[in-house]
Amino acid sequence: MFRKSSPYLVLLLLLALDFSLATWLGSRAPTWTRRADSAGDMMTVLFGDARRMFANHFFTEADVYFHGGYYPSIFDQQARPKDTAHMTEKHEDHDADEAEHAHEKAMDFLGKPKDWVDAFGRNFFVTEHTHLGGGGVEREILPWLRISASLDPQRVDTYTVAAYWLRAHLGKVKEAEQFLREGLRANPDSSEILFELGKLYYENHKDVSRARNLLQLALQKWTAKNPGNLTKQDDAGRAALFQYEQIMTSLARLEEDQGNYAQAAAYLENLLSRDATPNPDIIRKQIDELKRKAKTPRQPDAS
Amino acid sequence: MNKILALAGVVIKELYRRKDFYVLFVLTALITLVMGAANFFNDDKIVRYLIEICLLLIWISALVIAVGTAARQIPSEREQRTIFPLLAKPVTRAHLIVGKFLGCWLACGIALVVFYFFLAVVSGAREHQWPVGHYFQALWLQWMCLGVVIALVLWGSVVFSAPSANATICLIVVIGVLLLGRHLNVVALRQPEPVNSILYTIYFVIPHLEWFDVRDLIIHGQGLIGWTAVLLASLYAAAYTGTFLLLTWLVFRRKALNV
Repeated sequence: MFRKSSPYLVLLLLLALDFSLATWLGSRAPTWTRRADSAGDMMTVLFGDARRMFANHFFTEADVYFHGGYYPSIFDQQARPKDTAHMTEKHEDHDADEAEHAHEKAMDFLGKPKDWVDAFGRNFFVTEHTHLGGGGVEREILPWLRISASLDPQRVDTYTVAAYWLRAHLGKVKEAEQFLREGLRANPDSSEILFELGKLYYENHKDVSRARNLLQLALQKWTAKNPGNLTKQDDAGRAALFQYEQIMTSLARLEEDQGNYAQAAAYLENLLSRDATPNPDIIRKQIDELKRKAKTPRQPDAS
Repeated sequence: MNKILALAGVVIKELYRRKDFYVLFVLTALITLVMGAANFFNDDKIVRYLIEICLLLIWISALVIAVGTAARQIPSEREQRTIFPLLAKPVTRAHLIVGKFLGCWLACGIALVVFYFFLAVVSGAREHQWPVGHYFQALWLQWMCLGVVIALVLWGSVVFSAPSANATICLIVVIGVLLLGRHLNVVALRQPEPVNSILYTIYFVIPHLEWFDVRDLIIHGQGLIGWTAVLLASLYAAAYTGTFLLLTWLVFRRKALNV
């Protein structure tokens, strides 16, 4: 009697053990990951950790659209863009020409045709490296960024890239702000989102005091995240210093526009002390100029 | 020729009597319309993602229709023993193969016209542009590609024992060629001998079906493909179609008809 029922008893015991472990681990599992706050949402329940893989795929899809369909496949991995800066950067200084040249070189992954099949096949897919721009076609990358953010709300790039295109190219400032705030709710310590919000308030809303507060908060968050000395030797260090440069330059520009030249010079000096700029000579010249302006007494307003 | 056309007519009638096409078309339309109803940042001019989804569904549906229809043609005639009265008439085995191929190919062409008409209506309603030339090239090249696929599946149907095995193997081969065909030479160059030579041989032997997938050109608003390239690609597809049909006939002409 006992022998006959023993497998069922073992099965029952195992089921009870499974259930007990599940209830015990269920409450503890979310604390094992930094992304604990999102563990209970619908996407997590449906996809689990695979949602980040899908989010990454959709973000890449946005990058494919940004390049007009000309994009390296998995067989040309080394040509894939390493970061998302090329999707938002405004190339204003001479250093940017170098970056653009490097990007162009990296994206020349096709090279010369290797055989007649390759040569003839190039009639049927995109073979020209272009970037989206003009005529509002930039809007086409937005659905993929929206879907990517839904799948992985902790991916900060998604919010900053989408907000940049929304406010700077499509004139959708309200939507950009809403999306950034959504990103900030999911990532309250993100200096990148705070920086983008600060720029939005300064460049679009022309609200200087709120922009200053947001940029200073971005700086605080950045400092809290990067307490030690950073070097440009590794990708993470380079990215962090690039962000520091962006925040400091924006703060300096804001203070300069408001006539606070000494404060603007102080921000730029911080940039030099951290060795965060690729053009220290230009920054030194700007600091000298700002200090000279600070010493010059202000002319009374004619009006 | 009349015998071939009569056989083809029967296959076309079979397509609209069966539910496959209707189910796939309704699914494509439903998914596209649901995706089209999504609101992204209050911008109703965004259209490329919709074209991409719709074209992907069209490709999947067309492949399923082509493989599903072609895989069961000869085996079902043999199983139901209708092949005996068919070949008792003045119809040769070559007529049967060409007729079945033509029927499947024309049926796929009709399905593609319906799918592309739907795509043109959906994208035109959004962006108010009608790139008829682009859609015609895409439809034509996809139809040529399906010709090769149907011929391959017909060959498989006289080689493999069951239609399900044939359909599965052919789908894997076709999807493999579509995904990897273009990159096989790059992979070959990175391999040592003899893998390099083997991969390069496969690269030159396989039909490069990926040429006929011009979805990216439509999605990203690229210009028209040169008509000479379209013509040469069509000839390339015709050559492979002919090769597979000949292989089918070579196997089928000596094959016992009773299951």
